[in-house]
Amino acid sequence: MQSKLPVALAGARDTLPLAVGAMPFGVIFGTLAVAAGLPPIAAIAMSAIVFAGSAQFISLALIGGGAALPVIWLTTGIVNLRHALYSATLQPVARRWTLPWRLLTAFWLTDECFAVLERRRQTAGDADALPYYLGSALFFYLNWLSWTAVGTLLSQQMPGLAALGLDFAMIGTFAAMAAPQLTALTPVAVALTAGSVAWQAHSLPYKLGLVLAALAGVLVGVMRDYRKRRMATAAP
Amino acid sequence: MSDTLWATILGMFVVTFLVRASFLVFGQGLRFPPALVQALGHVPVAVLTAIIVPEAVAPAGQLDLSLTNPYLVGTVVAGAIAWKNGRTLTAVIASFAVFGLLRWLA
Repeated sequence: MQSKLPVALAGARDTLPLAVGAMPFGVIFGTLAVAAGLPPIAAIAMSAIVFAGSAQFISLALIGGGAALPVIWLTTGIVNLRHALYSATLQPVARRWTLPWRLLTAFWLTDECFAVLERRRQTAGDADALPYYLGSALFFYLNWLSWTAVGTLLSQQMPGLAALGLDFAMIGTFAAMAAPQLTALTPVAVALTAGSVAWQAHSLPYKLGLVLAALAGVLVGVMRDYRKRRMATAAP
Repeated sequence: MSDTLWATILGMFVVTFLVRASFLVFGQGLRFPPALVQALGHVPVAVLTAIIVPEAVAPAGQLDLSLTNPYLVGTVVAGAIAWKNGRTLTAVIASFAVFGLLRWLA
């Protein structure tokens, strides 16, 4: 086991840049959660138990908007569906690991740690992938928890943050997260569809309009991808 | 902390964990259809814009597309800066500043 420690440390080290990148989001999440009326312990519990940044942010908007529990859970599932893809990619590597390790790997699976592990697999292969991943994921997990806690403390130091317009902070953050992805016509069409359906359906109860709008946006994206594939195969 | 909040968090955990564990724990030898992979790529933009748009164009409930709507202007600023240089944090901070300024002027 002793020889595995340097590998785990290497995993943590390679995760550092991504952990730094996640820092502002952890702080903003903690701050917004408390401003949205969650007790600090709930914000930290969410980071510790759910451990899924974008779903956590979106859940705040939903909780604040009085969404029904099934809507929150469904949205969480939709937002996190991409993790099934990572799960599938890692499945051949993890086949030799025992069940407890695979469960832990699944619990800690994030965009960041998946990316770090995939990069290492390309250069170093699958040797010692487990200790490497565990080092990476444990570090990233503690990083996310710590910055969430810092955010809740910040928010408590400044009561009345919500009155200052922290409801905007959330959508400003979301806009900054979404905009860089609008690099082609298809994502723009997805955004326009989702945005207009969301506006048309915003008065539906339990934030159902959000689910409807997200599905409509994805559907338009799928249709455009399909047409592009058809045109590519039909071309002489 | 209320029971509803606990239920929210536990439900989110169950959903998230099942998705993450899907292939790793249960799906030996399952494959992911490429069309589904492509569809998943559209999810973040769709969900984020679905949340942003109603809040930005009608923060008080009625449509307000004027330049004095700090939510709309702030959202556009955040999106424009992030789109231009990809720096999320810069975009977020700049949009907060613009939002605060407009709120203060109003």
